Amino acid sequence: MQLPILSLLILLPLAGVVVLIFMNREDDKRLKLFTLAVMVAEFLLSLPLWFRFDDANPGMQFVERYNWLPQYGISYFVGVDGFSILLVMLTTFLGPMAVLATWEDIKDRVKEFMICLLALSSGMIGVFVALDLFLFYVFWEVMLIPMYLLIGIWGNPARRVYAAIKFFLYTMFGSLLMLVAILVLYFYGGKVTGTYTFDLLKLYGLNIPFKMQFWMFLAFGLAFAIKVPMFPFHTWLPDAHTEAPTVGSVILAAVLLKMGTYGFLRFNMPLFPQAALYFVPLFSILAIIGIIYGALVSMVQKDLKRLVAFSSVSHLGFVMLGLFTYNVQGIQGGIIQMINHGLSTGALFFCVGCLYERRHTRMIADFGGIATVMPVFATIFMIVTLSSIGLPGLNGFIGEFLILLGTFKENKIYAALAGTGVIFAACYMLWMFQRAIFGEVDKEENRQLTDLSAREIAVFVPILLFIVWIGVYPNTFLNKTKATTEHFVALMEKAKATQVTSLSHVFKGEAQ
Amino acid sequence: MHFIPYVWLIPVFPLIGFVINGLLGKSLSKGKVGTIGTVAVGLSFALTVAVFLEYLRLPAAAKPVEVVVYNWLASGSFSVNVAFLVDPLSLVMLLVVSGVSTLIHLYSTGYMHDDPGFPRFFAYLNLFVCFMLILVGANNFLMMFVGWEGVGLCSYLLIGYWYEKKSASDAGKKAFVVNRVGDYGFLLGMFVIFWTFGTLNFREVFSLAAQYPVGSGIITAATLLLFVGATGKSAQIPLYTWLPDAMEGPTPVSALIHAATMVTAGVYMVARCSALYVLAPTSLAVVAVIGCATAIFAASMGTCQFDIKRILAYSTVSQLGYMFLACGVGAFVSGIFHLMTHAFFKALLFLGAGSISHALAGELDIRLMGNLRHKIPITYKTFLIATLAIAGIFPFAGFFSKDEILMYALINGNVWLWLTATVAACITAFYMFRAVYMVFFGESRVPHHVEHHIHESPPSMTIPLMALAFLSVVGGWINFPIIPGAQKFHDFLSPAIAPLGHEAHLAISAELGLMAFSMAVAAVGIYIAYKFYLVSPEIPGWLAEKFPVIYDVVYHKYYVDEIYDYLIVEPIKVGSTLLWTEVDDKVVDGTVNGSAGVVAWLSEHLRRLETGFVQNYAMAIVLGVTLVVGYLLG
Repeated sequence: MQLPILSLLILLPLAGVVVLIFMNREDDKRLKLFTLAVMVAEFLLSLPLWFRFDDANPGMQFVERYNWLPQYGISYFVGVDGFSILLVMLTTFLGPMAVLATWEDIKDRVKEFMICLLALSSGMIGVFVALDLFLFYVFWEVMLIPMYLLIGIWGNPARRVYAAIKFFLYTMFGSLLMLVAILVLYFYGGKVTGTYTFDLLKLYGLNIPFKMQFWMFLAFGLAFAIKVPMFPFHTWLPDAHTEAPTVGSVILAAVLLKMGTYGFLRFNMPLFPQAALYFVPLFSILAIIGIIYGALVSMVQKDLKRLVAFSSVSHLGFVMLGLFTYNVQGIQGGIIQMINHGLSTGALFFCVGCLYERRHTRMIADFGGIATVMPVFATIFMIVTLSSIGLPGLNGFIGEFLILLGTFKENKIYAALAGTGVIFAACYMLWMFQRAIFGEVDKEENRQLTDLSAREIAVFVPILLFIVWIGVYPNTFLNKTKATTEHFVALMEKAKATQVTSLSHVFKGEAQ
Repeated sequence: MHFIPYVWLIPVFPLIGFVINGLLGKSLSKGKVGTIGTVAVGLSFALTVAVFLEYLRLPAAAKPVEVVVYNWLASGSFSVNVAFLVDPLSLVMLLVVSGVSTLIHLYSTGYMHDDPGFPRFFAYLNLFVCFMLILVGANNFLMMFVGWEGVGLCSYLLIGYWYEKKSASDAGKKAFVVNRVGDYGFLLGMFVIFWTFGTLNFREVFSLAAQYPVGSGIITAATLLLFVGATGKSAQIPLYTWLPDAMEGPTPVSALIHAATMVTAGVYMVARCSALYVLAPTSLAVVAVIGCATAIFAASMGTCQFDIKRILAYSTVSQLGYMFLACGVGAFVSGIFHLMTHAFFKALLFLGAGSISHALAGELDIRLMGNLRHKIPITYKTFLIATLAIAGIFPFAGFFSKDEILMYALINGNVWLWLTATVAACITAFYMFRAVYMVFFGESRVPHHVEHHIHESPPSMTIPLMALAFLSVVGGWINFPIIPGAQKFHDFLSPAIAPLGHEAHLAISAELGLMAFSMAVAAVGIYIAYKFYLVSPEIPGWLAEKFPVIYDVVYHKYYVDEIYDYLIVEPIKVGSTLLWTEVDDKVVDGTVNGSAGVVAWLSEHLRRLETGFVQNYAMAIVLGVTLVVGYLLG
């Protein structure tokens, strides 16, 4: 019998939570070490997933299915395919680093913090592997709570409650519409086929009328667009990022945002293909606005974390643009860019965290000349910055290139507009880097800063390894997503045969 | 022993040097760091020579050679290898780049000796060579782009090498961003090419393109977009502004990156794509006009500078213009020929400038020099050779290459291109000799406390000077005009270059006449410089007073930087700030928080509905869901 890896990945952190509850809250060190051990175990456990994953199989693998509430067609149904494997691996990979990064940062209520962290890991894995809509929704909502607590309790005292509530209500608002849409889908499926089920794979096959697809796409889409976040639903993000503790920002940027982009790929597009085709212009244009707008606003930020937060809006715009091309390059680029953003932006937040821990400020103007006092840090920060601005040879380039290549095939103007984001990215990142890292050490407080500790270097090295790996040999990762992407692109091609280009007759029909 | 299959090692050697010096450099002695850096590049040069010799012996049918290392990036129908193309064009470039780099590395061991960042310097310099060799060795557009952006990165790092200085880090950032604008064009050009031909491999693209008619829109678009990239990297109008500022970097960097190698990448790219450009007469015309305009525009700016490195920088911009002019009139071989001779004499000029400032404790202002020819004789002699070469005096290297360009500008282009380029040549001779006279002749204007320190540079610096001086003399002889069978360079390169449908030739007498004329033009320039700066040094000041507006405009480089700032940089900054404070905070976020406010207000008033009975709430939820479901299913 095959080991139920996915379930173990979900359950292991929860088991860790149970153990943590009974541990002595005074012994911070042991609490941290234990959590670290759980995270490392989680990562090791996920390795067979990577190595035993069949690249050639476009469908679900490592599938587990148990009846949960059979009378309502609800089951515990999980699996991974090319769309989710990399995201699951990213989540488990970042786990140990997240714990290491909190070592000095979190001194207050360590026990609760570690519980939140583990609960979050479990929830994130759950979201990426759930194949039952009901199960998915449970994970999706459950995940909000630990994140809300991370920001609200361990955040920056001044505005953490505002940011946490904004985060919670905003995402909750989107989710509720999605819940309604899930129920509609459930009842519709039941009505048409006679069996009421939340099984995603079965629902894929439903031939939903366009009018219904239209609204359902928007209902799901809003929830995901908020999470991504797409312009103009992004304003919760800078607040949440700025107020969250370092590790909160890292997880938020690296994994949580990907739930939005993943949601489009897993739910919106295959469930409502006609609507997905219909909405290409709207979402592409919003994505492009996000790319340029995020970059421009990022350029004038004074706070490092806000700068990185707005750069996320820009980068995620690239991902969305890629997904909505419905061609292999665009989608593979979009997926790899999700991972790239996770690595680069995660690392950027770690970098900001390193500075914050030393100086207790995130204002660019408070730094300057850091390269002189922290040369190792400056080098690492530079590599991460270059990865973020898409320098060839590092990871970011692969994603941006494939996305723009795919976009260019579908619409040259979109590609030309989005491409300007590459120029702006160089502007805002290098300008920030110049002000914070280059120059003379002109502030007394900065003169005594210590360079990175071994622990901090240990956080960065694995990330840097993958930043280079993806840049130099991306096929390792592209191969995993290939079969599923090609299968999906073929489905979308088929859907194009019955594409709806004008709404007028669809909705006129309804009025009569 | 076969070397060609190992061609991929050529960029790997400097990469190893980069890794060693980058990671361990701080714990190594300066001697070791310098040796590692120089040997790494020297090995590349040695291997390049071996590959070159082996290539010469290959039968014609086996040429050119492609060496595939691995499949880099594959997605759907898109697939690109890490692979090298060994053909005459890449070999010339590999030889020039690795050869000049080796000399400049050697020079740097002396020049940078007292710099605390010594290992960092050599690490960056090695990384640069690695990317540059990738750029010229690549067999496809995407890998070329890797080198293309990579050298841009190293340029950024090395211009801003003294990062404590704001002007240096500003200049680095400017170089990177301006180059990115060009790279954006390159990127779009690649997309056009891929979706037209289904591949990015040079040879495949070129053979498929041959089926397109001359003047085809898609090829014109692709070549123009690629040329945008070239204007960025090779500092042509309108993207040349970063190069003069790049002189903030250490002098060996200016010599290697901003004169001999990186800035010529655009010329190389256009020559590499000659098969595409000959199909796009419009693009060729654009290349020729931009090149010609840049040649004279930059030369005019060179006349009023006092910083010796800036004079050389404008001269580089101007000479690159000549190379593009050559490409634009279809004389790609002449463009590459000038690229090569320019690499020798311009690297020599910069290294000479470095040697001068080394002697004068870092001084770069030619107003504070004078009469140095006896104090630093080797520097003087080599500098003079390079100046004669750039001025186009027979038999120095620059004469041959520049003369070819002028000739083709006339016979393939038109009389205006030729005339403009000839005037630019005159100006070049003028401002270069202006520098020579002000630095090495006349009265010494060196401040007293510096005067007695003046010394010739150590052998590690003078040996590269002498080697480059040798090349600046003989480098042009490999393409001797007129004599049949003496155009070795042309014969060697021709297989890699697409011919321009119509090949025109001049009668020998006309060719000789043109040569004599361009020599005369150069002599005029030299004479004016002699008159202005040696015989009657009051003339320039008098002229400046007489024509204050012209002088002011030229002295301030036509205010182009200021215009760009005013028209582009400032609006973006102000606009972005407005976007943030007004749009994002007030409109977008305002709406979000406003809707929360509305909810709060409503809840105040709807409180009465809150009965506290769970059944009522459940009822409301069920009702709501039923309504929605009913609507959608109905």
